[in-house]
Amino acid sequence: MLELNAVNSGYGETQVLYGMGLRAEAGRVLAILGRNGAGKSTTLKTVMGLLPLRDGQITFEGQAMPKRPYDIAKAGIAYVPETRDIFPSLTVRENLEIASKRFDGAWTMDRVLDLFPRLGERLENGGTQLSGGEQQMLAIARALLMNPRLLILDEPTEGLAPIIVKLIHDKLMELKREGLSMVLVEQNFGFATSLADDVVVVSKGQVVWTGSAEAIRADTEAQHRWLGV
Amino acid sequence: MSLDLGFWTLQALNALQLSMLLFLLSIGLTVIFGLMHFVNLAHGALYALGAYFAASAAAVGGYWAGFFLAPVAVAGVGVLLYSGLIQRMRKSGPMAQVLVTFGLIFALLDITRIVWGDLALGLEVPSFLAGRVALLGVEYPAYRLFIIALGLAIFAALAFVLSRTQIGAMIRAGVDNDAMAACLGINVERLFFIVFCVGCALAGLAGAVAAPLLSVTPDMGLQILIPTLIVIVIGGLGSLKGAIAGSLIFGFVQTFGAVLAPQLASVLIYALLAAVLVIRPVGLFPAKG
Repeated sequence: MLELNAVNSGYGETQVLYGMGLRAEAGRVLAILGRNGAGKSTTLKTVMGLLPLRDGQITFEGQAMPKRPYDIAKAGIAYVPETRDIFPSLTVRENLEIASKRFDGAWTMDRVLDLFPRLGERLENGGTQLSGGEQQMLAIARALLMNPRLLILDEPTEGLAPIIVKLIHDKLMELKREGLSMVLVEQNFGFATSLADDVVVVSKGQVVWTGSAEAIRADTEAQHRWLGV
Repeated sequence: MSLDLGFWTLQALNALQLSMLLFLLSIGLTVIFGLMHFVNLAHGALYALGAYFAASAAAVGGYWAGFFLAPVAVAGVGVLLYSGLIQRMRKSGPMAQVLVTFGLIFALLDITRIVWGDLALGLEVPSFLAGRVALLGVEYPAYRLFIIALGLAIFAALAFVLSRTQIGAMIRAGVDNDAMAACLGINVERLFFIVFCVGCALAGLAGAVAAPLLSVTPDMGLQILIPTLIVIVIGGLGSLKGAIAGSLIFGFVQTFGAVLAPQLASVLIYALLAAVLVIRPVGLFPAKG
């Protein structure tokens, strides 16, 4: 579904990705693991067109990936960034409507509010009046309202209380069972490997380990070497 | 000088009228800046162009021809500027943008000189706005009241569009975080183009309504630029609330300063600007909290 081949990218003068290559399959969840600074978020930002692709190819459903974030979103990819990026001057309702009014499909306002009832109680609140967990729910709900074929999540559990991490996990499992394709960057090893089907481990801007979630759970040597778990 | 109630009413109306004129100019500039981090110093030159277009159109078709044509013509100039220069300058950083748009001020100034000459042009107000109206115990020029009403009406219309419509939500989202807005499938470039054109049209409108009050001269754009920038810095970048608040503060401080402390009048607004920069460098109501 999503394929990166020999991708180089980075910020300004600093190159972060050196020949990154990976495949995310339709209907499956791919987790990208690795230590801080390995290039996980940079990979996602490059896929979203937020960082320029300096070299290599990115394809989505067999087509070359468009360059601009706007076209990438239209192609069917939704992005939940690490910083959640809720629009502070919009209410919760407006944050959701900005996606729901411009994309059609199975995900509607009612359906995301069923998934995250907490958001329904907060619709008229400002985007900044939410807790970290609520902001994460809103970011995921907003992404779903784009009715994407691929959902990309960057560190969805970062800074959240364990009970909220559990809730986010259960909701993402629900989405997975419905067959939504996902790519996930995550520091929380347990969270990531319980959700994912496939795993790639990155270090210094390239993939150093590829396999299934079960395989990495069993491979304590790889965990120790690449993740410091 | 009789310091009775009528005198203060008169000054308050004068302040309000100046504020509304500044509001028409600053709202376009501040939203353009907030949405795309683009500094367009030539915004004042567009105001001067608006005044010239209005004076020329009025000479042929009367005041209202100028009133309606000037914003359209200035928006047209905006389209040319956007496709010729600004679109290419989007990623070149603030210093290059400031230099280019600063140069544009002088290019546009000389173009107006070549086309319209150095002599000041005048513009007659329509006859039904030419007289004075009794209001709150004073006789006030009807045309200045018209400017106040126009400014308030445009403020109300923009407030409605920005806070109640989908395109308004998209503009606010773009000002908050243009990268995330683009990731949600919003065509931020096109949004910017629309906002830029509306901002240019409002600058042209400001020029058209100011023309009968002032004499239309090539450097009128330069004279208004600094007050407009002060309004934006005091009010805070990118927000409608900031533009209206900054305009009112500038209008009242300038007008009442000139009456109460004429010796200090020219310094007062700069002192206020410095105070805002020290105490609240982001301005009073910035779009980004």
